[in-house]
Amino acid sequence: MATDMTSPILDALSASDASILSSEAFPSTPSLNVKAALDRLASRQMVEYETFDKEVAVLTPEGEEIASNGSHEAKVFQAVLAAMDGLKIAELPGVVGKENAKIGQGNAFKKGWIKKDKDLLRATTDTIVDETRELLLTVKNTQTLNDQKALTDLKRRKLVALQKVISFKISKGPKFAREFVKEETDLTAEMLMNGSWKTAQLKPYNFKAKGAPTPAGAFHPLNKVRQEFRNIFFEMGFEEMPTNRFVETGFWNFDALFVPQQHPARDLQDTFYIADPVKADPPREDPENDPHRPKSIQPASNATQEKPLDYKQYWEDVRQVHENGKYGSIGYRYPWDADEALRLVLRTHTTSVSTYVLHKLAANPRPARYFSIDRVFRNEAVDATHLAEFHQIEGVIADFGLTLGGLIGFMEVFFAKMGIHQLRFKPAYNPYTEPSMEIFGYHAGLGKWVEIGNSGMFRPEMLEPMGIPKGMQVYGWGLSLERPTMIKYGVSNIRELLGHKVDLGFIESNPAVRLEKD
Amino acid sequence: MPTISVDKEALFEALGRDYTTEEFDELCFEFGIELDEDTTNSDRPIVNGKQEPPQLKIEIPANRYDLLCFEGIALMLNIFLGRQPLPNYKLVEPANGELQTIIVKEDTMKIRPLVSGAILRNIKFDQARYESFIALQDKLHQNLARQRTLVSIGTHDLDTIQGPFTYEALPPKDIKFVPLNQTKEMNGEELMAFYEKDKHLGKYLHIIRDSPVYPVIYDSKRTVCSLPPIINGDHSKITLDTKNVFIEITALDKTKVEIVNRIIVSMFSQYTSEPFTIEPVKVISDHNNETRVVPDIAPRTTQAEVSYLNQCCGLELSPEEICTLLKKMAYDAKPSTASKDLIDVFIPPTRADVLHQADIMEDVAIAYGFNNLPRSFPSKSGTIAQPLPINKLTDIVRMEAAMAGWSEVLPLILCSHDENFAWLNRKDDGNTAVKLANPKTTEFQVVRTSLLPGLLKTIRENKHHAVPMKVFEVSDVAFKDLSLERKSRNERHFAAAWYGKTSGFEVVHGLLDRVMAMLKSAFITGEEGLENPAMADSQYWIEELDEPTYFPGHAASVHVRIAGKEHVIGAFGILHPTVLENYELKYPVSTLEINVEAFL
Repeated sequence: MATDMTSPILDALSASDASILSSEAFPSTPSLNVKAALDRLASRQMVEYETFDKEVAVLTPEGEEIASNGSHEAKVFQAVLAAMDGLKIAELPGVVGKENAKIGQGNAFKKGWIKKDKDLLRATTDTIVDETRELLLTVKNTQTLNDQKALTDLKRRKLVALQKVISFKISKGPKFAREFVKEETDLTAEMLMNGSWKTAQLKPYNFKAKGAPTPAGAFHPLNKVRQEFRNIFFEMGFEEMPTNRFVETGFWNFDALFVPQQHPARDLQDTFYIADPVKADPPREDPENDPHRPKSIQPASNATQEKPLDYKQYWEDVRQVHENGKYGSIGYRYPWDADEALRLVLRTHTTSVSTYVLHKLAANPRPARYFSIDRVFRNEAVDATHLAEFHQIEGVIADFGLTLGGLIGFMEVFFAKMGIHQLRFKPAYNPYTEPSMEIFGYHAGLGKWVEIGNSGMFRPEMLEPMGIPKGMQVYGWGLSLERPTMIKYGVSNIRELLGHKVDLGFIESNPAVRLEKD
Repeated sequence: MPTISVDKEALFEALGRDYTTEEFDELCFEFGIELDEDTTNSDRPIVNGKQEPPQLKIEIPANRYDLLCFEGIALMLNIFLGRQPLPNYKLVEPANGELQTIIVKEDTMKIRPLVSGAILRNIKFDQARYESFIALQDKLHQNLARQRTLVSIGTHDLDTIQGPFTYEALPPKDIKFVPLNQTKEMNGEELMAFYEKDKHLGKYLHIIRDSPVYPVIYDSKRTVCSLPPIINGDHSKITLDTKNVFIEITALDKTKVEIVNRIIVSMFSQYTSEPFTIEPVKVISDHNNETRVVPDIAPRTTQAEVSYLNQCCGLELSPEEICTLLKKMAYDAKPSTASKDLIDVFIPPTRADVLHQADIMEDVAIAYGFNNLPRSFPSKSGTIAQPLPINKLTDIVRMEAAMAGWSEVLPLILCSHDENFAWLNRKDDGNTAVKLANPKTTEFQVVRTSLLPGLLKTIRENKHHAVPMKVFEVSDVAFKDLSLERKSRNERHFAAAWYGKTSGFEVVHGLLDRVMAMLKSAFITGEEGLENPAMADSQYWIEELDEPTYFPGHAASVHVRIAGKEHVIGAFGILHPTVLENYELKYPVSTLEINVEAFL
C-alpha cells in the first residue's frame, strides 16, 4: 500500500502562504501517490491543484561518477601532479585505471595541464578548474543548465539524460483544514451501533458508474414469449391441451384430419417416420391409470348424457370419408390403407392433439376453448429460418353456430393483445379447414403486411366422424412461436433462438417480454 | 404450394386492363392466390438472345389444379371479375360417329392398371400456348400425380399415329422405340440404362424399373406412343404445327386420372377451332370394369343448404344472391325448386377441389370478400381457463430453478444416438429410445431419453461464457412403451448442469434440495435426522450410485416416497471425465436429472 500523502500535503500547505509545487515539496514521492491524495482532498474541496508536465535533466551513472570524483582528465592530472618527478606514461593506466588513462590523457594534453618529457608526464601547473564536473554538479542540483550548448554537449557525451516528470501546483481549497478526516466507504451496522454515523464522512458515491452486477437466473426468451401467449389464452378462457406426446400415429396426425394418404405432407421429405417401435395400434381408450388423461373442466349442461366413445366406429368412419365419402362429402375416392394410418410419426403439428381432444369432446359436445404451445417436428433441411423442430401455437374454439365473421372478430381481439391492430384475411388452402384463412398483420416497423398465422373452420369430414354434431362449428388457428418472436426482436437466424447454439449471454440479458408493448 | 410463372403483358391483356403491382397483388389476395414476385424491375434472364419479358410469379393453393397454367389463371380471374361466364364445355364426337379407342390388356393390372384419354381437334398452338401446354403437364406430374407415381400424361400428334390404341404391359426387352428427342432405337432395358443419370427423367425410373413388365401404349401399327410414366416416343411428338392432339393418361388412382384429364382438356380446348369442344375416347377395359367413354366433363350436380351457407358466413343472403356470388367462383347455381333452403349447384369439371358444401360455403365467403364479412365476437358461451397440470408443475420447478440463479436453455429434442447413449457412457438396450426412420442428418437419430445431451451441447457451444455456467431445462423426453397405442410415452424431466473450475457437486445437490423443499418433500437421510416430515407431502433421500456416466463415488440416485409409494426419480453426480471428453468440455461438470411426474 502506497504511503498516504494526504497529511504531508496538508502540512506543507499550512506551512506555506502560497501554493506549493509537488516536485519541490515531495521530490522523492512518486507522482501517482501524490495524485491519489490530491484527488481525495480535492473531492472534498480541501485543496485545488493544477498538473504540469516538465522535462528535467538528470545525471547518468557515468555523470554521477564524474560529479562525485572528477573527470577523467582531472584524475590523470591529479595522478601526474602527485608523482613528484613525473609519471612514466606506461604506468599511468596502473595508477588511474585503463578507462581514465585512455580518455583523460588526451584531454589533459588538450587543456595544457600536462606535458610530455621523454617517457615521463609532468604537470604544467599546480591547480586546475574541472569544468565538466562543475557543470554536472550544477545539473545535479538544479536539474537544468542555463547554457543550452553545454547541456546538449553533456547529453551527447551520455553524462546527462532528459526525463519527463509530472508535478502539481497545489493551493488551499475553500474547505481547507489541517486535518483530513478519514472517509467511510459505506454505512455499516457497526457505525449504527457506535453512533459514528453522525460524524462520519461517507465517500461520495459514483453516480456515473453501474452498480454491482446482481447474480441472476433467467428464463429462456422463447419461453418468455410462450408465457405471454399462454396468458393471452388464459385471459380468454382457454384450457391447455395435453401435448406431452411427441410420437403420433398417421391416423391422429393425418387421417383423422382428413389429410389424404397421398398428401405431400406425408412424404419422407417432410415427415419424420419412426423405425423403432415399428407400428401403432388402432385408436383406443387411454389406460385408466394414465396420469395425463385429460379431464376437461368445461361445464356440461347434462353430464349424464356423456356417451362412451366408439373407437372402432371412428376408425371406420374415417376410412369411409376418405375412401367413399360420407357426411355430405364425396371424399377423396382412393383405397384407404390401414397400415399407412398405423405408421408412427413424430407429430408434424399439435393439431393431432387438438383432434384427440375434440374426439373426447364429442362424448358430450359442449362449448369449449382449447389451446396448446409445444414442439413439432418437420424433416426439413436446416437453414436460417427452418429447423427440424419448432413450437406451434394452436387455438381451438368449439361452439354451436359459430360464423366466419366471428373467427375474424376473435382474431382481432387475440392479436390486439399482442399489439397487432390491423389484420386482413386471405383465402387459403388447408386439407382440414374450410374455409381457410391466412392472417396478415400490418407491421409498422417493416411497413408491410406480414403473414402471422393460419386459421379456419375444421372440415365436417374431420368433425363428423368424431361424433361432433353438424350444428357445432370448430375454429382452429395456429402460428409458430418462433416466427413472431424473430420478427418482434429482430432475430434473423432461428438457431440463435432455439437449440444448443443459442448464446447464454443472450438468454441472461434478454429483457422481459411484453407483447402488447414491444 | 406450387408457384406458376405467367407472362405479365399477356395476362393483363387477357384481363382487359393494366394493373399496378399493388392492384394486382390486391386482386390475388381477395381471390386467394398470392403474387410472389413481379419481375418487371428484376434482372431477367436472356433466353435465345432476347431478355425474358416481365413475369408474374403466382402461388397457387395446392388443391386448385385448375390454376396451374396461364389459361386457368386468366379464365378464373376473368370469371371472378365478372368479365366472362364459365365456358360451356362440350363433347363432340367425330362426324363418322366412330370414337378412337384404347384397348386395355389385362397384364397392365401388374404394373399400372388405369388409362384415360381425350382428343383435341383442330387446335392452334403458338410458342406460348405450346410451352404452357407442356408446363401444365409438368405441374400436374409434380403435384396431383405425386411425381408421376399416381398419374402420368402423354400427348401425341394424332396425325402421325393411328388408332385403335392398345395399352399393354410387356417385358422391357420386348418394347423397342426411339424415345422423345432421341435418334437411336432402344428397348426397355437399354432405356433404363440410358436415362439412369438423366437430371430430369432419372428420378422417375424407379416407378417401373424393377417390374417384370413395363406399361406401354401402341397404335394400331405397333408404333410406341409412350412408355408411361417415363417418356413418349419420338415418332408422335407434338410440334407447333400439330393440329390434332391425342392425350393418354395412365394411372394407379382412378379418381386422379379423371381429374387430370378434365383439367387438361378444360384448359386447352379453348384453342380448338370450335372453342371448348373435346372429342371423347373410348376405353375398353372389361377385365376391371373400366370400360367407359372419357372424359366426363359434365358438371357435378349437388345441393347446398342456404341456412348452412348463411350461418357459417354470418350472412343473411337470399338464395338468388348466393347464386350470383357462386357464379364468380365458376359455379352454375340456381335456387332449388324442391326446397327454399336448397340451391342446386353445378360444379364445373375444373373444380376437383369441391368435396362438400363446406367448400361451396367458402367460395360464397370469398366471392363476398373475407374482409367484407360482418365481424362479431364469439362470446355466446362461457368457458373456463385451465393450465395442463404437468405444465403447471413444470412452471413451479422452472421458477424455483431460475430464482436460485440458474439459466434456462432450450436445446433440441432430437439428437444423435451417440449423444444419447455412448457419449454418456450409457448402453442402448434396444427397449428405451424411439428411433427415427428417415433423418436427413445424424443429428436427428433418436428422440432424447435424457435432457443431459442438450445441456452439455449448450455448454459446449458457450465456452466463451464466464464460468461457472449454471443451466437447466424442464421438458419432455420420450421412451418406447409397447403397452400404449402409440408405443411410446413422454416423460417430463428437470435437469441442470454446472460447469466450472470446481466440480459443483454440492451445488447441484443443493439445487435438488431447494426444488424438493419447494415441492414439499422432506429430506430423510443422514445425521440431521428427520427434517420436519410432518409438514411435507413426501420424503426424499439419496443413495450412492455407481454408474459409468458419473465419477466413481460421486453420484447419487434420488428417491422419493409419495403417499407411501417409493419412486427412483433420477440421479445427480460429477460427470465422468470420459463423458466430458466426448462432449469436448474442459472443466468439471456436475448434473442433476429427475423425472418430475411423481409430483403431479
